[in-house]
Amino acid sequence: MGEEFQASKPIYMQIVDKIISEIVQGKRRPGDKLPSVREMAVNMGVNPNTIQRTYTELERLKLVESRRGQGTFVAANEEVMEELGTEMQEEIIELFIQKMEEIGVSKDQLIGMLQRYLGEGR
Amino acid sequence: MVLELKNVSKFYGKTAALNKVSLTFEKGKIYGLLGPNGSGKSTSLKLMTGLVFPDEGAVKLNGTLVTRKTSEKVAYLTELDMFYDVFTVQETIDYVASQFADFNKEKALQLLQELKLDPTKKVRSLSKGNRGRLKLVTTLSRNAEAILLDEPFSGLDPMVRDSIVQSLLKYLDFDHQVLIIATHEINEIESLLDEAVAIQYGKVIGQEKVESLREERGLSVLQWFKQLSSKYGEGEI
Repeated sequence: MGEEFQASKPIYMQIVDKIISEIVQGKRRPGDKLPSVREMAVNMGVNPNTIQRTYTELERLKLVESRRGQGTFVAANEEVMEELGTEMQEEIIELFIQKMEEIGVSKDQLIGMLQRYLGEGR
Repeated sequence: MVLELKNVSKFYGKTAALNKVSLTFEKGKIYGLLGPNGSGKSTSLKLMTGLVFPDEGAVKLNGTLVTRKTSEKVAYLTELDMFYDVFTVQETIDYVASQFADFNKEKALQLLQELKLDPTKKVRSLSKGNRGRLKLVTTLSRNAEAILLDEPFSGLDPMVRDSIVQSLLKYLDFDHQVLIIATHEINEIESLLDEAVAIQYGKVIGQEKVESLREERGLSVLQWFKQLSSKYGEGEI
């Protein structure tokens, strides 16, 4: 267990985000079966009704599909997957730039810093 | 399965432990009864299992008034130590099984294994954590309609808590049972709950669905409780 949740966001949405990120990272691949609602609840230490909402939301987003009597599976939906990947990248960049602006780093400085950092890092 | 308190008051001497409290609990859900020590949480649970009776109002299980016999249908974990020291773990299980017709020995054995309790050990020699685990085993092994837990995590380390939470989630029968957890350790159980009931000075000061709190007001249960508590703590009650 040991899953920590932020205070301001519904728990079911935080688990949606977590699963999306696992899909984007390729940890869960199209066709993979998700744990049953109860198993997932036990693993995460949360209420099964919460997981049920997570799965319903993932289904609404067309990221998973439930097959009668078999369980819930990651959907083979490349378009949506790609979109998700891009969305997630944009979100991270946006957050990064916002934080840098907050501490007074201009766009030019920022580009320079990134180039230097990446140049040194690799 | 419905458990309800209707306009219930309970006095100990002149002090009201509960003051005109109305609550309803339904099967398939996990409720948190949250409040500081002395707020009336334990009294509420004792009323629901027929250990004490209301001075005013009514406590009902499935529409029938709660009596001493209601404990056949309601499993109750007290905050007190409740075991005989000279018994072994197995003897404790056998004893509880002999007291309650709905006790499921298979489930108990599974739970013992999962929580790594040695059946041959004497209760006397168990650590505090293992006593806590054993209490949970005896309560959760009953096929009761309601499971009431009074401070199940108190004094237990985070590892024990996690194992208890997992067993709860694994073995609760959501189609037939309701789970009510009374605790002041709000953060520990927030992610388990469907609904939170805030109690203070014997009164219900709030009741909310946990996810709605987050969705509509951006509050965790603890933040919500603190807001309520300061509002009611300073004003009149």
